[in-house]
Amino acid sequence: MSLSTLLVLADGRLPSGAHAHSGGVEAAVSAGRIHDLPTLESFLVGRTATTGTVAAAFAAATCRALTSGRSGVGTVPHARDEATPSDGDGARLAERVAALDDGIDVRTASPALRVASRAQGRALLRAVTRIWPAATNPAGPNPHHPIATGIAAAAAGLGPGDAALVAVYGGLTGSASAAVRLLGLDPYAVHALVARLAPECDRVAADAAARADDPVDDLPAGSAILLDLDAEQHAIWEVRLFAS
Amino acid sequence: MRAEARLVAEADGHGGTRLSTVYGEPPLLPRRTGHQQNQTAAEVHLVGGAAGPLGGDDLRIHLTVGAGAHLVVRTIAASLAQPSHPPAPSTLTITARVAAGAILDWLPEPTVAVRGCDHLSRSIVDLNEGATLRWREELVAGRHAEAPGDLRLETTVRYAGRTILRHDLAIGPRAKGWHAMLGRAAGTLLLVGKDAATAGPRAVNRMPLACGPAALVSATGPDARTVRAALDEGAANTLAHDPDAKPGNWRKG
Repeated sequence: MSLSTLLVLADGRLPSGAHAHSGGVEAAVSAGRIHDLPTLESFLVGRTATTGTVAAAFAAATCRALTSGRSGVGTVPHARDEATPSDGDGARLAERVAALDDGIDVRTASPALRVASRAQGRALLRAVTRIWPAATNPAGPNPHHPIATGIAAAAAGLGPGDAALVAVYGGLTGSASAAVRLLGLDPYAVHALVARLAPECDRVAADAAARADDPVDDLPAGSAILLDLDAEQHAIWEVRLFAS
Repeated sequence: MRAEARLVAEADGHGGTRLSTVYGEPPLLPRRTGHQQNQTAAEVHLVGGAAGPLGGDDLRIHLTVGAGAHLVVRTIAASLAQPSHPPAPSTLTITARVAAGAILDWLPEPTVAVRGCDHLSRSIVDLNEGATLRWREELVAGRHAEAPGDLRLETTVRYAGRTILRHDLAIGPRAKGWHAMLGRAAGTLLLVGKDAATAGPRAVNRMPLACGPAALVSATGPDARTVRAALDEGAANTLAHDPDAKPGNWRKG
Protein backbone atom coordinates (compact mmCIF):
# COMPACT_ATOMS: atom_id res chain seq x y z
CA MET A 1 0.00 0.00 0.00
CA SER A 2 1.27 3.44 -0.87
CA LEU A 3 0.27 6.27 1.40
CA SER A 4 0.77 8.81 -1.39
CA THR A 5 -1.52 6.86 -3.70
CA LEU A 6 -4.17 6.83 -0.97
CA LEU A 7 -3.82 10.61 -0.73
CA VAL A 8 -4.24 10.93 -4.50
CA LEU A 9 -7.51 9.03 -4.36
CA ALA A 10 -8.81 10.78 -1.23
CA ASP A 11 -7.89 14.26 -2.47
CA GLY A 12 -10.91 16.49 -3.02
CA ARG A 13 -9.16 17.77 -6.16
CA LEU A 14 -9.38 14.39 -7.87
CA PRO A 15 -11.39 15.27 -10.99
CA SER A 16 -14.33 13.02 -10.20
CA GLY A 17 -17.05 15.63 -9.78
CA ALA A 18 -17.32 15.25 -6.02
CA HIS A 19 -17.63 19.02 -5.59
CA ALA A 20 -21.04 18.90 -7.30
CA HIS A 21 -22.57 16.93 -4.41
CA SER A 22 -23.26 18.09 -0.87
CA GLY A 23 -24.11 14.72 0.69
CA GLY A 24 -27.54 15.99 1.68
CA VAL A 25 -26.21 19.17 3.31
CA GLU A 26 -27.91 21.57 0.90
CA ALA A 27 -31.34 20.11 1.57
CA ALA A 28 -30.71 19.95 5.32
CA VAL A 29 -29.58 23.59 5.36
CA SER A 30 -32.68 24.60 3.47
CA ALA A 31 -34.87 22.67 5.91
CA GLY A 32 -33.19 24.55 8.77
CA ARG A 33 -31.72 21.43 10.32
CA ILE A 34 -28.15 22.58 9.76
CA HIS A 35 -27.56 26.22 10.68
CA ASP A 36 -24.42 26.32 12.82
CA LEU A 37 -21.46 24.24 13.91
CA PRO A 38 -23.23 22.04 16.49
CA THR A 39 -26.03 21.13 14.06
CA LEU A 40 -23.43 20.45 11.37
CA GLU A 41 -21.54 18.22 13.79
CA SER A 42 -24.68 16.19 14.58
CA PHE A 43 -25.36 15.84 10.89
CA LEU A 44 -21.84 14.72 10.05
CA VAL A 45 -21.73 12.25 12.95
CA GLY A 46 -25.13 10.80 11.99
CA ARG A 47 -24.28 10.65 8.32
CA THR A 48 -20.97 8.92 9.02
CA ALA A 49 -22.71 6.32 11.20
CA THR A 50 -25.33 5.54 8.54
CA THR A 51 -24.62 6.34 4.88
CA GLY A 52 -20.89 6.73 5.51
CA THR A 53 -20.61 3.33 7.16
CA VAL A 54 -22.59 1.67 4.35
CA ALA A 55 -20.39 3.32 1.70
CA ALA A 56 -17.24 2.23 3.53
CA ALA A 57 -18.43 -1.37 3.81
CA PHE A 58 -19.36 -1.64 0.13
CA ALA A 59 -16.19 0.06 -1.08
CA ALA A 60 -14.12 -2.33 1.03
CA ALA A 61 -16.06 -5.39 -0.14
CA THR A 62 -15.74 -4.37 -3.79
CA CYS A 63 -12.02 -3.75 -3.43
CA ARG A 64 -11.61 -7.09 -1.64
CA ALA A 65 -13.44 -8.91 -4.45
CA LEU A 66 -11.15 -7.30 -7.01
CA THR A 67 -7.91 -7.85 -5.14
CA SER A 68 -8.39 -11.16 -3.33
CA GLY A 69 -6.49 -13.16 -5.96
CA ARG A 70 -3.78 -10.58 -6.32
CA SER A 71 -0.36 -11.48 -4.99
CA GLY A 72 1.15 -8.12 -5.73
CA VAL A 73 0.29 -4.78 -7.24
CA GLY A 74 0.24 -4.82 -11.04
CA THR A 75 0.21 -8.60 -11.33
CA VAL A 76 -1.34 -9.70 -14.60
CA PRO A 77 -2.77 -13.12 -15.43
CA HIS A 78 0.14 -14.91 -17.08
CA ALA A 79 -0.24 -18.50 -18.24
CA ARG A 80 -2.77 -19.33 -20.93
CA ASP A 81 -3.45 -22.72 -19.36
CA GLU A 82 -4.99 -20.89 -16.41
CA ALA A 83 -7.60 -19.34 -18.65
CA THR A 84 -10.41 -21.65 -17.56
CA PRO A 85 -10.13 -21.17 -13.79
CA SER A 86 -9.56 -17.48 -14.22
CA ASP A 87 -12.70 -17.25 -16.36
CA GLY A 88 -14.53 -18.91 -13.49
CA ASP A 89 -12.93 -16.42 -11.10
CA GLY A 90 -13.95 -13.62 -13.42
CA ALA A 91 -17.57 -14.78 -13.39
CA ARG A 92 -17.55 -15.08 -9.60
CA LEU A 93 -15.99 -11.63 -9.34
CA ALA A 94 -18.57 -10.06 -11.66
CA GLU A 95 -21.35 -11.80 -9.71
CA ARG A 96 -20.05 -10.53 -6.36
CA VAL A 97 -19.65 -6.97 -7.62
CA ALA A 98 -23.12 -7.04 -9.19
CA ALA A 99 -24.53 -8.32 -5.89
CA LEU A 100 -22.76 -5.50 -4.04
CA ASP A 101 -24.20 -2.96 -6.50
CA ASP A 102 -27.68 -4.42 -5.88
CA GLY A 103 -26.89 -4.19 -2.18
CA ILE A 104 -26.61 -0.41 -2.45
CA ASP A 105 -29.85 -0.30 -4.46
CA VAL A 106 -31.78 -2.13 -1.75
CA ARG A 107 -30.26 0.12 0.94
CA THR A 108 -31.21 3.33 -0.87
CA ALA A 109 -34.94 3.90 -0.74
CA SER A 110 -34.76 7.33 -2.35
CA PRO A 111 -34.71 7.21 -6.16
CA ALA A 112 -33.01 10.62 -6.15
CA LEU A 113 -30.17 9.28 -4.00
CA ARG A 114 -29.79 6.23 -6.24
CA VAL A 115 -29.44 8.53 -9.25
CA ALA A 116 -26.95 10.74 -7.40
CA SER A 117 -24.91 7.74 -6.29
CA ARG A 118 -24.70 6.33 -9.81
CA ALA A 119 -23.82 9.75 -11.24
CA GLN A 120 -20.93 10.01 -8.77
CA GLY A 121 -19.91 6.45 -9.51
CA ARG A 122 -19.84 7.12 -13.23
CA ALA A 123 -17.80 10.31 -12.80
CA LEU A 124 -15.30 8.60 -10.50
CA LEU A 125 -14.99 5.64 -12.86
CA ARG A 126 -14.33 7.99 -15.77
CA ALA A 127 -11.47 9.59 -13.84
CA VAL A 128 -10.09 6.26 -12.65
CA THR A 129 -9.95 4.63 -16.08
CA ARG A 130 -7.97 7.62 -17.35
CA ILE A 131 -5.65 7.82 -14.36
CA TRP A 132 -5.08 4.06 -13.98
CA PRO A 133 -5.76 2.61 -17.46
CA ALA A 134 -5.31 -0.97 -16.24
CA ALA A 135 -8.35 -0.62 -13.97
CA THR A 136 -10.62 -3.65 -13.85
CA ASN A 137 -14.30 -2.77 -13.98
CA PRO A 138 -16.70 -5.68 -13.76
CA ALA A 139 -19.59 -3.36 -12.89
CA GLY A 140 -20.70 -1.60 -16.07
CA PRO A 141 -20.55 2.15 -16.75
CA ASN A 142 -22.81 3.41 -13.94
CA PRO A 143 -21.91 1.65 -10.71
CA HIS A 144 -23.00 3.06 -7.38
CA HIS A 145 -20.45 5.43 -5.87
CA PRO A 146 -19.15 3.01 -3.19
CA ILE A 147 -18.69 0.30 -5.82
CA ALA A 148 -16.74 2.73 -8.02
CA THR A 149 -14.68 3.70 -4.98
CA GLY A 150 -13.76 0.05 -4.46
CA ILE A 151 -12.86 -0.28 -8.14
CA ALA A 152 -10.75 2.88 -7.91
CA ALA A 153 -8.88 1.67 -4.85
CA ALA A 154 -8.15 -1.68 -6.47
CA ALA A 155 -6.99 0.04 -9.67
CA ALA A 156 -4.66 2.23 -7.64
CA GLY A 157 -3.16 -0.80 -5.95
CA LEU A 158 -4.78 -0.08 -2.61
CA GLY A 159 -6.56 -2.48 -0.27
CA PRO A 160 -10.08 -2.78 1.21
CA GLY A 161 -9.30 -0.68 4.28
CA ASP A 162 -8.04 2.13 2.06
CA ALA A 163 -11.13 1.89 -0.13
CA ALA A 164 -13.32 2.17 2.95
CA LEU A 165 -11.34 5.14 4.22
CA VAL A 166 -11.68 6.98 0.90
CA ALA A 167 -15.43 6.32 0.95
CA VAL A 168 -16.16 7.44 4.50
CA TYR A 169 -13.66 10.30 4.58
CA GLY A 170 -14.80 11.58 1.18
CA GLY A 171 -18.41 11.66 2.39
CA LEU A 172 -17.38 13.54 5.52
CA THR A 173 -15.24 16.21 3.84
CA GLY A 174 -17.64 16.62 0.92
CA SER A 175 -20.49 17.39 3.30
CA ALA A 176 -18.32 19.61 5.50
CA SER A 177 -17.05 21.75 2.63
CA ALA A 178 -20.57 22.08 1.22
CA ALA A 179 -21.67 23.44 4.60
CA VAL A 180 -18.89 26.02 4.51
CA ARG A 181 -20.02 27.16 1.09
CA LEU A 182 -23.73 27.21 1.91
CA LEU A 183 -23.63 28.75 5.36
CA GLY A 184 -20.43 30.76 5.28
CA LEU A 185 -19.23 28.93 8.39
CA ASP A 186 -15.71 29.52 9.67
CA PRO A 187 -13.63 27.10 7.56
CA TYR A 188 -11.09 26.64 10.37
CA ALA A 189 -13.79 25.64 12.81
CA VAL A 190 -15.35 23.25 10.29
CA HIS A 191 -12.02 21.64 9.58
CA ALA A 192 -11.37 21.32 13.31
CA LEU A 193 -14.61 19.34 13.34
CA VAL A 194 -13.41 17.18 10.45
CA ALA A 195 -10.15 16.56 12.30
CA ARG A 196 -12.06 15.52 15.43
CA LEU A 197 -14.11 13.06 13.39
CA ALA A 198 -11.10 11.60 11.55
CA PRO A 199 -10.53 8.85 14.15
CA GLU A 200 -14.14 7.78 13.64
CA CYS A 201 -13.38 7.38 9.92
CA ASP A 202 -10.47 5.12 10.86
CA ARG A 203 -12.72 3.04 13.08
CA VAL A 204 -15.44 2.73 10.42
CA ALA A 205 -12.88 1.79 7.76
CA ALA A 206 -11.24 -0.86 9.95
CA ASP A 207 -14.64 -2.40 10.64
CA ALA A 208 -15.51 -2.30 6.93
CA ALA A 209 -12.27 -4.05 6.01
CA ALA A 210 -12.88 -6.74 8.62
CA ARG A 211 -16.31 -7.49 7.12
CA ALA A 212 -15.32 -7.20 3.45
CA ASP A 213 -16.08 -10.87 2.71
CA ASP A 214 -19.48 -10.98 4.44
CA PRO A 215 -22.64 -11.87 2.54
CA VAL A 216 -24.24 -8.75 1.08
CA ASP A 217 -27.34 -8.92 3.29
CA ASP A 218 -25.11 -8.95 6.39
CA LEU A 219 -23.23 -5.77 5.49
CA PRO A 220 -24.15 -2.51 7.28
CA ALA A 221 -27.52 -1.06 6.32
CA GLY A 222 -27.90 1.99 8.57
CA SER A 223 -30.78 4.02 7.23
CA ALA A 224 -31.13 7.80 7.49
CA ILE A 225 -34.75 8.61 6.79
CA LEU A 226 -34.15 12.35 6.81
CA LEU A 227 -31.50 12.04 4.10
CA ASP A 228 -33.96 10.07 1.94
CA LEU A 229 -36.81 12.53 2.44
CA ASP A 230 -34.57 15.57 1.96
CA ALA A 231 -33.13 14.12 -1.23
CA GLU A 232 -36.61 13.56 -2.68
CA GLN A 233 -37.51 17.19 -1.94
CA HIS A 234 -34.16 18.50 -3.18
CA ALA A 235 -34.49 16.67 -6.49
CA ILE A 236 -37.59 18.67 -7.42
CA TRP A 237 -36.12 22.09 -6.61
CA GLU A 238 -35.78 24.24 -9.68
CA VAL A 239 -32.63 26.04 -8.58
CA ARG A 240 -29.96 24.40 -6.51
CA LEU A 241 -26.24 24.73 -5.99
CA PHE A 242 -25.48 21.04 -5.67
CA ALA A 243 -26.67 18.03 -7.66
CA SER A 244 -27.48 16.18 -4.42
CA MET B 1 -38.41 -14.46 29.08
CA ARG B 2 -38.44 -16.67 25.99
CA ALA B 3 -41.63 -16.77 24.05
CA GLU B 4 -42.88 -17.66 20.63
CA ALA B 5 -46.01 -16.91 18.65
CA ARG B 6 -47.07 -18.56 15.42
CA LEU B 7 -49.82 -17.61 13.03
CA VAL B 8 -50.69 -19.55 9.91
CA ALA B 9 -53.39 -18.21 7.60
CA GLU B 10 -54.88 -20.15 4.70
CA ALA B 11 -57.58 -19.51 2.14
CA ASP B 12 -60.82 -21.12 3.35
CA GLY B 13 -62.03 -21.95 -0.15
CA HIS B 14 -64.98 -19.52 0.08
CA GLY B 15 -63.13 -16.29 -0.55
CA GLY B 16 -62.18 -15.86 3.08
CA THR B 17 -59.24 -16.65 5.31
CA ARG B 18 -58.97 -19.33 7.96
CA LEU B 19 -56.37 -19.35 10.72
CA SER B 20 -55.04 -22.88 10.95
CA THR B 21 -52.56 -22.00 13.68
CA VAL B 22 -52.96 -19.36 16.37
CA TYR B 23 -50.33 -20.05 18.97
CA GLY B 24 -48.71 -17.76 21.48
CA GLU B 25 -46.83 -17.78 24.75
CA PRO B 26 -46.89 -14.83 27.17
CA PRO B 27 -46.20 -12.01 26.49
CA LEU B 28 -47.13 -12.73 22.86
CA LEU B 29 -50.83 -13.47 22.95
CA PRO B 30 -52.61 -13.44 19.58
CA ARG B 31 -56.37 -12.81 19.62
CA ARG B 32 -58.59 -13.07 16.58
CA THR B 33 -60.45 -9.78 16.05
CA GLY B 34 -62.44 -8.01 13.38
CA HIS B 35 -64.71 -10.95 12.49
CA GLN B 36 -67.52 -8.62 11.48
CA GLN B 37 -65.72 -5.99 9.47
CA ASN B 38 -63.81 -7.99 6.96
CA GLN B 39 -65.17 -10.90 4.99
CA THR B 40 -61.94 -11.83 3.23
CA ALA B 41 -59.15 -11.23 5.76
CA ALA B 42 -58.35 -12.75 9.13
CA GLU B 43 -57.33 -10.13 11.63
CA VAL B 44 -55.29 -10.79 14.74
CA HIS B 45 -54.27 -8.45 17.52
CA LEU B 46 -51.23 -9.25 19.61
CA VAL B 47 -52.18 -8.52 23.19
CA GLY B 48 -49.24 -7.82 25.49
CA GLY B 49 -49.51 -10.42 28.22
CA ALA B 50 -46.63 -8.87 30.15
CA ALA B 51 -44.56 -5.71 30.14
CA GLY B 52 -41.82 -5.43 27.67
CA PRO B 53 -39.88 -6.39 25.78
CA LEU B 54 -37.65 -6.33 28.84
CA GLY B 55 -33.91 -6.81 28.92
CA GLY B 56 -33.14 -10.51 28.52
CA ASP B 57 -36.31 -11.29 26.56
CA ASP B 58 -36.01 -13.45 23.46
CA LEU B 59 -39.28 -13.19 21.55
CA ARG B 60 -40.11 -14.79 18.24
CA ILE B 61 -43.06 -14.32 15.94
CA HIS B 62 -43.60 -16.51 12.88
CA LEU B 63 -46.18 -15.55 10.30
CA THR B 64 -47.19 -17.72 7.36
CA VAL B 65 -49.77 -16.67 4.79
CA GLY B 66 -50.83 -19.29 2.25
CA ALA B 67 -51.95 -18.68 -1.31
CA GLY B 68 -55.12 -16.61 -1.54
CA ALA B 69 -55.20 -15.81 2.18
CA HIS B 70 -55.12 -12.35 3.78
CA LEU B 71 -53.71 -11.94 7.27
CA VAL B 72 -53.81 -8.66 9.18
CA VAL B 73 -51.72 -8.43 12.34
CA ARG B 74 -51.84 -5.49 14.73
CA THR B 75 -50.85 -4.82 18.30
CA ILE B 76 -53.21 -3.24 20.79
CA ALA B 77 -50.74 -0.63 22.03
CA ALA B 78 -47.22 0.65 21.62
CA SER B 79 -44.45 -1.66 22.82
CA LEU B 80 -42.18 -0.23 25.49
CA ALA B 81 -38.68 -1.62 25.18
CA GLN B 82 -37.37 -1.53 28.73
CA PRO B 83 -34.09 -2.32 30.48
CA SER B 84 -33.50 -5.06 33.02
CA HIS B 85 -31.32 -5.27 36.13
CA PRO B 86 -28.66 -6.40 35.58
CA PRO B 87 -28.72 -5.01 32.03
CA ALA B 88 -29.21 -7.53 29.23
CA PRO B 89 -30.16 -7.14 25.59
CA SER B 90 -33.62 -8.11 24.42
CA THR B 91 -34.50 -9.35 20.96
CA LEU B 92 -37.63 -9.77 18.93
CA THR B 93 -37.33 -11.83 15.77
CA ILE B 94 -40.14 -11.73 13.27
CA THR B 95 -40.15 -14.04 10.29
CA ALA B 96 -42.86 -13.96 7.66
CA ARG B 97 -43.53 -16.01 4.56
CA VAL B 98 -46.18 -14.90 2.11
CA ALA B 99 -47.28 -17.02 -0.83
CA ALA B 100 -48.22 -15.84 -4.31
CA GLY B 101 -51.65 -14.24 -4.29
CA ALA B 102 -51.55 -13.83 -0.52
CA ILE B 103 -51.62 -10.60 1.47
CA LEU B 104 -49.90 -9.83 4.75
CA ASP B 105 -50.56 -6.63 6.66
CA TRP B 106 -48.15 -6.23 9.57
CA LEU B 107 -49.34 -3.01 11.15
CA PRO B 108 -48.19 -2.89 14.76
CA GLU B 109 -48.13 0.16 16.98
CA PRO B 110 -44.76 1.88 17.51
CA THR B 111 -41.90 0.63 19.65
CA VAL B 112 -40.82 3.14 22.28
CA ALA B 113 -37.20 3.06 23.42
CA VAL B 114 -37.32 3.61 27.17
CA ARG B 115 -34.20 5.02 28.82
CA GLY B 116 -31.59 2.31 29.29
CA CYS B 117 -33.20 -0.29 27.01
CA ASP B 118 -31.07 -2.44 24.70
CA HIS B 119 -33.49 -3.89 22.20
CA LEU B 120 -33.04 -5.39 18.76
CA SER B 121 -36.02 -6.13 16.57
CA ARG B 122 -35.11 -8.19 13.55
CA SER B 123 -37.54 -8.85 10.70
CA ILE B 124 -37.01 -11.22 7.82
CA VAL B 125 -39.80 -11.30 5.25
CA ASP B 126 -39.88 -13.72 2.33
CA LEU B 127 -42.42 -12.97 -0.37
CA ASN B 128 -43.20 -15.21 -3.28
CA GLU B 129 -43.70 -13.50 -6.60
CA GLY B 130 -47.25 -12.13 -6.68
CA ALA B 131 -47.49 -11.62 -2.91
CA THR B 132 -48.77 -8.36 -1.42
CA LEU B 133 -47.31 -6.80 1.70
CA ARG B 134 -47.85 -3.81 3.92
CA TRP B 135 -45.18 -3.75 6.61
CA ARG B 136 -45.02 -0.92 9.09
CA GLU B 137 -42.21 -0.10 11.49
CA GLU B 138 -42.27 2.88 13.80
CA LEU B 139 -40.01 3.88 16.62
CA VAL B 140 -40.14 6.60 19.22
CA ALA B 141 -37.11 7.91 21.11
CA GLY B 142 -38.17 7.59 24.73
CA ARG B 143 -41.34 8.40 26.60
CA HIS B 144 -42.20 12.06 27.15
CA ALA B 145 -38.98 14.11 27.35
CA GLU B 146 -36.94 10.97 28.01
CA ALA B 147 -33.58 10.16 26.43
CA PRO B 148 -33.86 6.82 24.64
CA GLY B 149 -31.97 3.63 25.25
CA ASP B 150 -30.60 1.61 22.36
CA LEU B 151 -33.23 0.41 19.94
CA ARG B 152 -32.46 -1.08 16.60
CA LEU B 153 -34.82 -2.34 13.91
CA GLU B 154 -33.15 -4.52 11.29
CA THR B 155 -35.23 -5.42 8.26
CA THR B 156 -34.61 -7.69 5.30
CA VAL B 157 -37.35 -8.20 2.73
CA ARG B 158 -37.00 -10.61 -0.17
CA TYR B 159 -39.30 -10.91 -3.16
CA ALA B 160 -39.09 -13.93 -5.46
CA GLY B 161 -35.84 -14.92 -3.77
CA ARG B 162 -34.18 -11.55 -4.24
CA THR B 163 -33.56 -8.98 -1.53
CA ILE B 164 -35.55 -5.84 -2.31
CA LEU B 165 -35.09 -3.90 0.94
CA ARG B 166 -32.42 -3.94 3.59
CA HIS B 167 -32.47 -1.29 6.22
CA ASP B 168 -31.62 -0.73 9.84
CA LEU B 169 -33.12 2.05 11.93
CA ALA B 170 -31.18 2.72 15.10
CA ILE B 171 -31.57 5.20 17.93
CA GLY B 172 -29.94 5.58 21.32
CA PRO B 173 -26.45 6.13 22.72
CA ARG B 174 -24.79 3.61 20.39
CA ALA B 175 -26.36 5.07 17.23
CA LYS B 176 -24.18 8.16 16.96
CA GLY B 177 -25.95 11.24 15.64
CA TRP B 178 -29.25 9.37 15.27
CA HIS B 179 -31.40 12.42 16.03
CA ALA B 180 -30.01 14.24 12.97
CA MET B 181 -30.88 11.28 10.73
CA LEU B 182 -34.21 10.07 12.14
CA GLY B 183 -35.75 12.67 14.43
CA ARG B 184 -37.53 11.87 17.71
CA ALA B 185 -40.01 9.58 16.03
CA ALA B 186 -39.60 7.81 12.72
CA GLY B 187 -41.30 5.17 10.70
CA THR B 188 -41.49 3.34 7.44
CA LEU B 189 -44.32 1.58 5.66
CA LEU B 190 -43.18 -0.85 3.02
CA LEU B 191 -45.70 -1.50 0.28
CA VAL B 192 -45.18 -4.46 -2.00
CA GLY B 193 -47.75 -5.20 -4.66
CA LYS B 194 -48.61 -4.45 -8.19
CA ASP B 195 -49.39 -0.74 -7.82
CA ALA B 196 -47.13 0.09 -4.87
CA ALA B 197 -44.46 1.78 -6.93
CA THR B 198 -46.50 3.01 -9.86
CA ALA B 199 -49.77 4.41 -8.47
CA GLY B 200 -50.06 8.12 -9.00
CA PRO B 201 -49.92 10.82 -8.06
CA ARG B 202 -46.97 9.80 -5.95
CA ALA B 203 -46.54 11.41 -2.56
CA VAL B 204 -43.02 12.74 -2.15
CA ASN B 205 -42.34 10.36 0.76
CA ARG B 206 -43.45 7.25 -1.18
CA MET B 207 -40.23 6.11 -2.79
CA PRO B 208 -40.30 3.39 -5.46
CA LEU B 209 -37.60 0.84 -4.70
CA ALA B 210 -35.02 -0.20 -7.26
CA CYS B 211 -35.83 -3.91 -7.28
CA GLY B 212 -39.30 -5.40 -7.25
CA PRO B 213 -42.82 -3.93 -7.32
CA ALA B 214 -42.34 -2.06 -4.08
CA ALA B 215 -42.21 1.37 -2.51
CA LEU B 216 -41.10 2.59 0.88
CA VAL B 217 -43.07 5.30 2.60
CA SER B 218 -40.90 7.06 5.16
CA ALA B 219 -41.61 9.68 7.77
CA THR B 220 -40.04 11.39 10.74
CA GLY B 221 -41.49 13.82 13.20
CA PRO B 222 -41.65 15.06 16.76
CA ASP B 223 -44.05 12.30 17.84
CA ALA B 224 -45.69 9.05 16.79
CA ARG B 225 -48.93 10.69 15.66
CA THR B 226 -47.16 12.92 13.16
CA VAL B 227 -45.26 9.96 11.77
CA ARG B 228 -48.38 7.83 11.43
CA ALA B 229 -50.25 10.60 9.63
CA ALA B 230 -47.35 11.08 7.20
CA LEU B 231 -47.12 7.34 6.51
CA ASP B 232 -50.84 7.21 5.78
CA GLU B 233 -50.63 10.21 3.49
CA GLY B 234 -47.68 8.67 1.69
CA ALA B 235 -49.65 5.48 1.06
CA ALA B 236 -52.56 7.39 -0.48
CA ASN B 237 -53.55 6.34 -4.00
CA THR B 238 -52.20 2.84 -3.52
CA LEU B 239 -54.08 -0.28 -2.54
CA ALA B 240 -52.65 0.23 0.91
CA HIS B 241 -55.77 1.86 2.22
CA ASP B 242 -57.05 0.02 5.19
CA PRO B 243 -60.79 0.56 5.46
CA ASP B 244 -61.13 -1.97 8.26
CA ALA B 245 -58.85 -0.28 10.72
CA LYS B 246 -60.28 1.16 13.87
CA PRO B 247 -60.20 4.97 13.91
CA GLY B 248 -56.76 6.29 14.69
CA ASN B 249 -55.09 3.02 13.88
CA TRP B 250 -55.08 3.72 10.20
CA ARG B 251 -56.45 6.97 8.98
CA LYS B 252 -58.45 6.63 5.79
CA GLY B 253 -56.76 8.53 2.96
